[in-house]
Amino acid sequence: MSAVTPVQVKYCGVCSFPVEFCEFGKKFKKCKAWLEEDDPELYKRLYSESAHNSSLSSEKEAKISESLAKMQLKEERKLERELQSLKSSKVLIKRIQRTKHKHVIAIAGLEVFDVDMKKMAKTFASKFATGASVTKNAEKKDEVVIQGDVGDEVETYILGLLKEKGLEDVKVEQVSEKRK
Amino acid sequence: MFKKFSKEDVHTRSNVKSSVQRGLKTRFVEQYPGFEPIIDELVPKKSTVQHYKCEDKIQLYLVDGEVLFYQKFDELLPSLKLVHKYPTLFPRVQVDRGAIKFVLSGANIMCPGLTSKGGWLPEENIPKDTTVVVYAEGKEHALAVGKLLMSTDEIKSVNKDIGIELYHYLGDGLWNFRE
Repeated sequence: MSAVTPVQVKYCGVCSFPVEFCEFGKKFKKCKAWLEEDDPELYKRLYSESAHNSSLSSEKEAKISESLAKMQLKEERKLERELQSLKSSKVLIKRIQRTKHKHVIAIAGLEVFDVDMKKMAKTFASKFATGASVTKNAEKKDEVVIQGDVGDEVETYILGLLKEKGLEDVKVEQVSEKRK
Repeated sequence: MFKKFSKEDVHTRSNVKSSVQRGLKTRFVEQYPGFEPIIDELVPKKSTVQHYKCEDKIQLYLVDGEVLFYQKFDELLPSLKLVHKYPTLFPRVQVDRGAIKFVLSGANIMCPGLTSKGGWLPEENIPKDTTVVVYAEGKEHALAVGKLLMSTDEIKSVNKDIGIELYHYLGDGLWNFRE
């Protein structure tokens, strides 16, 4: 064995920092709650009253904590807004006619899932045994294009996915588009 | 350096040849002699090192999907995950509590933050351009990696302006880098 063994550092499950730095993170409240559940002993040690012995004057200390609180509040609001916009977004399934009896399905608005579009296309491709790819649409946004008329199946699949993520508010809409 | 860094900044990914990997290891040990006994554990001979070339000529070296080193110029720099695992093997400095907030948003470290009561610099001189690991008052673990822009003796005597140029800190793009 080696002379030096690696130190195991406990990282916060919320903000990924070593737990002692959570107070400088952006989601301090959540971090605190997480740690209390995950490791009550450490939580006590870190956040008990006597834990602070800083070289700074109490005045300065107050200033720091105030600005931190401000930042955290800002972050909270931002997250809330993001959640709102996420909820109001919708997934659009377009059925585009290519020839008389052939259609392709284009799915836009999948960004809400926060997954790799290419992987998404791949799962669709293997699920429906057709070709699927990622292309940029007119608004320069990525969409997944699936060959074959599988709109309804896609809809049920996406609804299932949304349910899993707890985002039932996101609307899924199907439209069909004629070839010009 | 990694303030804004994400997956999109990675241009090419490739596996490193074992001969190159050997060279990489010797180079790293040369820079941080403390790693000599454990370098084979860190980068086993059989493992494949991945080499990511990124925006701005930044290069990352990954083992098992985790970034161990990165480099911009000639020098290899350790990632914070690595520093956390082997904290004793790097030259260290400490900043006071007031500076933590700014360091975590990526600011370069000013001399007063190092020389004040909560800060700490080693007794013996560390020469200019050395890569140091930054610790914080009252905290156990490192929070940043940077390069000395002055020797520590100079920092003590001048006590003004930027003392450490920050490379990598908690919560920056590299820290949050995931495949």
